[in-house]
Amino acid sequence: MSDLVPGASDLPGTSASPPDSPGSLGRRQLFERRQRRRSALIATASTAVVVTALVIFIPKTPGWYKVKRSFFDGDVFGETFPLLLEAFVKNLQIFAWCTPVILLWGLLIAICRNVRTPALFPLRLFAAAYTDVFRGVPVILTILLIGFGVPGLGLDRPYNSPYLWGSVALVLAYSAYVAEVFRAGIESVHESQRAGARSLGLSSSQTMRHVVLPQAVRRVIPPLMNDLVSLQKDVALVSLIGPIEILRRAGIEKSKFANFTPYVGAALIFLVLTIPETRFVDYLVARERRRTSGTAVR
Amino acid sequence: MKLVIDQVHKRFGERRVLSGVSLDVAESEVIAFVGSSGSGKSTLLRCVNLLEPIDEGRILLDGDDISVPGLAPDPIRRRIGMVFQSFNLFPHLSVVDNVALGPRKVLKVDKRSARAKAHELVARLGLADRADAFPDQLSGGQQQRVAIARSLAVEPEVMLLDEITSALDPELVGEVLDVVRELKASGMTMLLATHEMAFAREIADRVCFLHDGRILEQGPPEELFTSPREPRTQQFLQRVIDSGRL
Repeated sequence: MSDLVPGASDLPGTSASPPDSPGSLGRRQLFERRQRRRSALIATASTAVVVTALVIFIPKTPGWYKVKRSFFDGDVFGETFPLLLEAFVKNLQIFAWCTPVILLWGLLIAICRNVRTPALFPLRLFAAAYTDVFRGVPVILTILLIGFGVPGLGLDRPYNSPYLWGSVALVLAYSAYVAEVFRAGIESVHESQRAGARSLGLSSSQTMRHVVLPQAVRRVIPPLMNDLVSLQKDVALVSLIGPIEILRRAGIEKSKFANFTPYVGAALIFLVLTIPETRFVDYLVARERRRTSGTAVR
Repeated sequence: MKLVIDQVHKRFGERRVLSGVSLDVAESEVIAFVGSSGSGKSTLLRCVNLLEPIDEGRILLDGDDISVPGLAPDPIRRRIGMVFQSFNLFPHLSVVDNVALGPRKVLKVDKRSARAKAHELVARLGLADRADAFPDQLSGGQQQRVAIARSLAVEPEVMLLDEITSALDPELVGEVLDVVRELKASGMTMLLATHEMAFAREIADRVCFLHDGRILEQGPPEELFTSPREPRTQQFLQRVIDSGRL
């Protein structure tokens, strides 16, 4: 059976000749090429079988024609898609102004958590409590509490805007996540780097600023980007407190047409953005891994 | 410059690492600490650099007690250079920027002149053509020379060298030792912890044998290496000779 498993090619094959006999390199390569072809063939065949089964059997289910009509209606799609795109601009705006604030605020919280001076212990305590609270509450609850709670104070326009308080809620929640990422990065910088800097006479804040943070930030760029991809999706949650962004627009159109196709359209719009983004993060992670496992111990 | 180490004790939890080390270091003197691993050589250097607080005793630099708890350590560390076994270079900075960081931030020299001086220093250590390289592009010997340059850049009055050749391939040790020879020739006061007995013998004015956190025996290298008085010192040297390192 083992010769059917892709990747089994590194096992010594039954037909392999002794490695030191003349011409064994060529034979070995031929063998490996055969194995590779066979793996590719198996992968293609199994994918084809699964796809065919889905295409044949799903339409045969009793409810398929109804699902098709209410989720994949071409006319509704054509009519609502431009509106969805337009509403998505709102998501991008919220995302665009939240991101820098989240990164700055999260970094600040992370630095507070790493403060070692006893006099500044309250800062440390605050940072720890902050991350505990906002990481422990579902984002959606934070949005509801802040989005409905603060405007209830009876503030005047524009300070009662759901855009404002929805964004604030996102910033509060995501900066807690981002702070933890930064903290992990700061703690991953080896103590000997601090010793090196302090031995020159650099103060602890200079050491943080010029030696620890530059290294920490570089290391956490991939996980940070992961959080930002999540943020991009979670911007849709502010629809719950009023702003007409893509999810709410899709809901409105759904009601108008009594058809779910706008939701599918919205999902497509998100995917067009998030799939390339996650692939890019994967690429960064792989590059970082190559870099760090390839270099000698410093 | 005069450094006095007076009855220094250091514990890590229950473990006593230094149990009453005393030593007077004169200007331009080179002192080598030898002894087996765990004898307290590195800890002693870290204590002098205030990287480790001491539990008892005093350390005097030009007559001032620098071991007083609560004393701001940064200006003192500037005066005491330290070079580490594992180099501890900053991987995100080029060679020149590694060397220039101290002067810029501690001596408040502006960036341009700090970099210009760093270039000079790096060239003096034979690394002019690697000035813009990053640490991970350098050999161990080159990295350690950069680390020495970085330490010299803040114009220390005494240098602490903590087993600076222990992490190097044997063929790279020589280039680093050459730099130390030049430092001695320039009159730099140095304390070095080392496993290189031949080098300690060549360069030190005085060799201290550390055992169980004490200086068990000290003297001029010829005396200590050829006719040690203490049985422990004799045993240690015998082991070194047996392993072919002297």
